[in-house]
Amino acid sequence: MTEMSYLDGNMLDGPLRELFAVDLSAATGRCEACGTTGPMAGLHVYPHAPGLVARCPACQGVMLRLVRTPQRAWLDLRGATYLGIPLPPDQPYPRPL
Amino acid sequence: MSPGFQGRPRSAQPALPPGQYLTEDFPVLSAGPTPKVGPETWEFVVTTEAGAEYRWSWAEFTALPQDTPTVDIHCVTRWSKLGTTWQGVSLDVLLDGVDTGAAYALVHSYGGYSTNLPMADLRGGRAWVVHRYDGGDLPAEHGGPARLLVPHLYFWKSAKWVRGIRLGTTDEPGFWETAGYHDYGDPWREQRYAGD
Ligand SMILES: [Zn+2]
Repeated sequence: MTEMSYLDGNMLDGPLRELFAVDLSAATGRCEACGTTGPMAGLHVYPHAPGLVARCPACQGVMLRLVRTPQRAWLDLRGATYLGIPLPPDQPYPRPL
Repeated sequence: MSPGFQGRPRSAQPALPPGQYLTEDFPVLSAGPTPKVGPETWEFVVTTEAGAEYRWSWAEFTALPQDTPTVDIHCVTRWSKLGTTWQGVSLDVLLDGVDTGAAYALVHSYGGYSTNLPMADLRGGRAWVVHRYDGGDLPAEHGGPARLLVPHLYFWKSAKWVRGIRLGTTDEPGFWETAGYHDYGDPWREQRYAGD
């Protein structure tokens, strides 16, 4: 029985950096199919396909698909309820009186 | 049997669709884990637009009249493989007696994959559900126990681990067709991406 190999979600860092200014490999995501929450870096990414397919490590549901065509990127996140993205603390400044 | 194209004069070699290169091996593409489905649980279901279901068990499917197509296949990731040999059942046989006026088909697979194509492309001796490749059982990594084979379209349309076909009056895009790939996927017109 041959099992297709997959890579961990850290490999999404490069392809997604082309789209987003933030580092999504440190983000957490919630699986729409089973509710499991975990780091994007923990997803199972199947790269030997017409696009990148990132699956929930718990239920194998598709959480993210990324297709890079010559003209644009197609990003499908319908399998992820949310992405939680770490950001630096908000910098309050003195408001005018 | 090896097709042996290397023995032919260069001028007789079949042309490849635009943007494709020739490969001798058979790359394995997969968007997920390989589904484990054995003949004892396998079934193939055609569902019509009226909701009628036509089912075949493994025994019933393999008892149908068999074809042995030898075809060239073209993957959207740019490899083409010539003279591949298969055994399976023509969609003309499977759709014979299915009461439908549907214009579109959505093929679905064990493991959740799907792909869409017009009914016309499933008919006329151009599409099969195959269960043998190159003289042996179809390996699981290439879609066994059975896969769709529609070689005149890009190979993502030839769904691995095929489970059934839903017939409909409207076109419903499948897995890659909803993520930037072309709705029809004719390799000779290089219809790789949406808008091509
Ligand atoms: Zn899940």
